[in-house]
Amino acid sequence: MKVVVALKRVIDYNVKIRVKSDGTGVETANVKMSMNPFDEIALEEAVRLKEAGIVSEVIAVTLGTQACQDVLRTALAVGADRVVLIETDVELQPLAVATCLKAFVQKEQPRLVLLGKQAIDDDANQTGQMLAALLGWAQATNAFKLEIAGDHATVTREIDGGLETLEASLPVIVTADLRLNTPRYATLPNIMKAKKKTIESLSPADLGVDPSPRLKTLLVSDPPVRKPGIVVNSVTELVEKLRNEARVI
Amino acid sequence: MTTLVIAEHSNLTLRASTLNTIAAALQLGEPVSVLVAGYGAGTAAQEASQVVGVHQVLHADAPHYAEQLAEEMAVLIQKLATDFTTLIAPATVFGRNLLPRVAALLDIAPITDILAIESNDTFVRPIYAGNALAKVQTLETKKVLSVRPTSFEATAAQGGNASVVKIEACAAVRLSQFKSRDLASSDRPELAGARVVISGGRGLQSGENFQMLEALADKLGAAIGASRAAVDAGYVPNDYQVGQTGKIVAPELYIAVGISGAVQHLAGMKDSKVIVAINKDPDAPIFQVADYGLVADLFQAIPELTAAL
Repeated sequence: MKVVVALKRVIDYNVKIRVKSDGTGVETANVKMSMNPFDEIALEEAVRLKEAGIVSEVIAVTLGTQACQDVLRTALAVGADRVVLIETDVELQPLAVATCLKAFVQKEQPRLVLLGKQAIDDDANQTGQMLAALLGWAQATNAFKLEIAGDHATVTREIDGGLETLEASLPVIVTADLRLNTPRYATLPNIMKAKKKTIESLSPADLGVDPSPRLKTLLVSDPPVRKPGIVVNSVTELVEKLRNEARVI
Repeated sequence: MTTLVIAEHSNLTLRASTLNTIAAALQLGEPVSVLVAGYGAGTAAQEASQVVGVHQVLHADAPHYAEQLAEEMAVLIQKLATDFTTLIAPATVFGRNLLPRVAALLDIAPITDILAIESNDTFVRPIYAGNALAKVQTLETKKVLSVRPTSFEATAAQGGNASVVKIEACAAVRLSQFKSRDLASSDRPELAGARVVISGGRGLQSGENFQMLEALADKLGAAIGASRAAVDAGYVPNDYQVGQTGKIVAPELYIAVGISGAVQHLAGMKDSKVIVAINKDPDAPIFQVADYGLVADLFQAIPELTAAL
């Protein structure tokens, strides 16, 4: 059984982002880029399924410019068997990504698609659910635990206030939450080996998809700044302030 | 030109997030209908009809809506969508799971996690964990939206008088089956809706030490949260987590105890009305967002604070 893992290249989670002064977006020049952390977890889960003998091939796919090759090299280094870049310069929005992935999935015929629950740049949390809808597949978002036995997947999801367990027949879309696993680091020998491997390339046109954006970003701005607070010297002063100044207790 | 709010409910009652979502829907200035799809959800539908501002409640009742699975709900909403120009749901786990599925079935690009409504086609939403705000305009024929509940003050739950219209369920698609739900039982208020939230971080040093916060929470009627660091360290379960990867809260009073204030935590609580930080490190970033900072050893300060209330 094949598994497809969709990856996104984003500004590294350790970078403190800067909004561009002209309000068109966030500064990405000379900024460290990495694989979206939730996608790393999705990829790790796929590799573990292969190591457990449940999955025969792990195919990692990403969409974007040539620069996205670096996350595919990382994917090869941690255990993806094949990697594919759906190359485009167009600004990609989740629906366009899901539409491209739908065509890609129909071509590759996996029984399972893993994605991160959201990307840490646009925080949209949409692509997995939309892909499931377009394919007419079951979806299990925010996965905390994934078990595959025969033709069935049992997924425990993170929900408000606890956990929920769903069961679905394959094929299924699963999006990874934080606690699904702890991703491994790529080892140096594997990183070196990954450099020699092939990156397959496709375009949205090859998949019959028009990826043009359907939403227009008018302005990106800094969030409002809180007014500076004060340092209190004792618990007594804190209680006094909360009672008489803030009036919240 | 009408708006359909997708209610989040437990079949017995509406979830608080539904009232915030109705408030956001009313801002669009068009008649608001509310969909209550569930199983034995008559009381939730009745409750929705009492909410101020609601024009009409659509009530679909069938066994396959009992758990409000996205696959079942999406087909129903897709069918109803022909009568509405806007579909709107809360950006909770429920809404996040469901809404994009509906949008894709309709071939509409959704706008999720909206913080503010600028006009009937332009919305503000957070990106990069709230470290930037994007003003987004939709060019679509229909709007499919989710709104962050804490950004819209709830509309009154009582005082309305909408009609409840029974609608037919769609055939079950049965793509996935609900097995079980394991909810942390607690007498405390729900984290996302609490008036006071007390969160602990790695500074607590162990899960046992969270009991110190319990005593304080009892005094204040507060919910207890935690930073991702405390969750990762195994002190508390993940559903305590406040932050970009956990819950977004905006209580009247937020007390951060032994939390350094990583960007991802701040994203989940910086819209709180009053923020108190207690940390022994005076350089901790949490102090930059705190209204009242106390540089102190929490193991002394928390019992002292509990005693003083």
